[in-house]
Amino acid sequence: MEYNTAELVAVMSSRVLEDNKTIFAGAGLPLVSSILAQKTRAPHLTIIFEGGAVAPELMSDRLPYSTNEVRTARKAIMIPTQFDIFSLQQRGYVDYGFLGGAQIDMYGNLNTTVIGPYEKPVVRLPGPGGANDIISTCNKIILSLHHMKRSFIPKVDYITSPSYITGGDSRRKSGLIFGSLYKVITHLCIMSPDEKTGRLKLEAVHSGVTPEQVQENTGFELLIPDKVPTTEPPTERELTLLRALDPEKRYITPKKE
Amino acid sequence: MVDFVEARKIVEKKDKGMKSKLMSLKDAVKLINDGDLIAIGGCMYSRSPIAALHEIIRQKKSNLTVSKALTSFDGELMLASGCAKGIITSWLSVAVVYGVSKVMRHLVQNRLAAYEEWSHYTMALRFKAGAMGVPFLPTLSLLGSDMIKHTSAKEITCPFTGQKIALVPALFPDVGVIHVHAADEYGNAQIEGYRFCDEDIARASSKVIVTAEKIVSNNKIRREPDKTAVPFFCVDAVVEVPFGSYPGECYGLYEADLKHIAEYAQYGIDKGLEGAKEYIQKYIHGTASHEEFLSTFPLSRLLDRQRTVREILGE
Repeated sequence: MEYNTAELVAVMSSRVLEDNKTIFAGAGLPLVSSILAQKTRAPHLTIIFEGGAVAPELMSDRLPYSTNEVRTARKAIMIPTQFDIFSLQQRGYVDYGFLGGAQIDMYGNLNTTVIGPYEKPVVRLPGPGGANDIISTCNKIILSLHHMKRSFIPKVDYITSPSYITGGDSRRKSGLIFGSLYKVITHLCIMSPDEKTGRLKLEAVHSGVTPEQVQENTGFELLIPDKVPTTEPPTERELTLLRALDPEKRYITPKKE
Repeated sequence: MVDFVEARKIVEKKDKGMKSKLMSLKDAVKLINDGDLIAIGGCMYSRSPIAALHEIIRQKKSNLTVSKALTSFDGELMLASGCAKGIITSWLSVAVVYGVSKVMRHLVQNRLAAYEEWSHYTMALRFKAGAMGVPFLPTLSLLGSDMIKHTSAKEITCPFTGQKIALVPALFPDVGVIHVHAADEYGNAQIEGYRFCDEDIARASSKVIVTAEKIVSNNKIRREPDKTAVPFFCVDAVVEVPFGSYPGECYGLYEADLKHIAEYAQYGIDKGLEGAKEYIQKYIHGTASHEEFLSTFPLSRLLDRQRTVREILGE
């Protein structure tokens, strides 16, 4: 069955989510991936959205545009305040934090603040929203991005949301003693941080992709082990379920380069 | 901004009588002075006090600083109208699907407006600290990020555990503006569904303007006191404004008018700041009140927004 790059990322992301866990999901692809995981291998995955909705059941023909609206809260068991929902996360109740991003560096740090210098930006970006909070205190962080050289750069201009900061034990030393980056999932591959250095390491490539191709599309030197496994392509069942979730193709449309 | 001692004194001096504070939206917005730090309730385009913000724009307030946990077109309008010289928030764009806001980019990059950036939780914590009447709250957010260098947040060593911890300063807005589902004439305000930061904004602010979808009796409030998010003594003005969050949404009552929000976004996409100004001229200065603003939409459109929310919630 044919599939596009956004569908590939959505399916691959859904596969890393284990059952009986909680997840703080961002708008867009993280949202559909999380629901797909519930419909496949993780029926008891509890989704929490930034606006406060806990364990909602979304309508597939009425997907929300944000994580703070009535569509996102449908059939929620509770809608705590903004203070409360993030406090539950800081307390340790959220297993996965699942985010998209604009710019990422070799240590998994995200920038959604400025391109260029902070005081004189070339592009002022919208800001972190809850991404800084999610990356700081969820247990396992999953990032999904479209794999482009200009998005994967050696050093971000501004660390809005820190993963391994400058590598080594710099995350722990900064005071971020809980949680860490778990996977970076793109349309080319899956990466995870190297345990010692915190640098991104190639974990698996998707079907038809070579490690060389991944490196060519990455703006920094990726750690590449001798043997890199290939992921199983999305199955017909996964794709059928995914497409039924987003019939308007709002989120499973491939990104423009 | 007033500090926590000053903020406390203001509250101590407040008239706490349970008396009617019902007034027109025009009079309520007159409580806001030029140069004030205001806080806006809701989150993104959900339960944002749009009618009150439009009135702020109609009254041409100036030099305001606007704080809100996470903003949408409401934040853009405050900046683009020239009413606000700065914004304190965690996110500013119309919605994810419309990309980076050209209006915000133009204003911030050319230093025509200041964007003081915090994370979503730390915004909530700043309102919470204000609501608690203390100068700061601790958190693990911001640590290791560049935000801690560019905000007034501080990093300290915890005196109990020796761990590094970030401290975020309280926000004590001059005026908090929130939109709620129902309020009585005294200002007892009830919220359904999403509560966001509104309860804390009302407690942290020196003055509070409440706009409500409907004014209900004090008896009705006393029948469901668990729904009361803000007690009357915090509140200075109460205004009945049906569809007060439109074109945004109000949980359970109406969905956002995404068509109109898309129309607004297109003004910015096509013409940047000038586009947003055109929109403001046409829809806000071009109408004398929220009723008149609403009357520019066919009734079927408003009714449809009520119908879809019932469908979503299975009512």
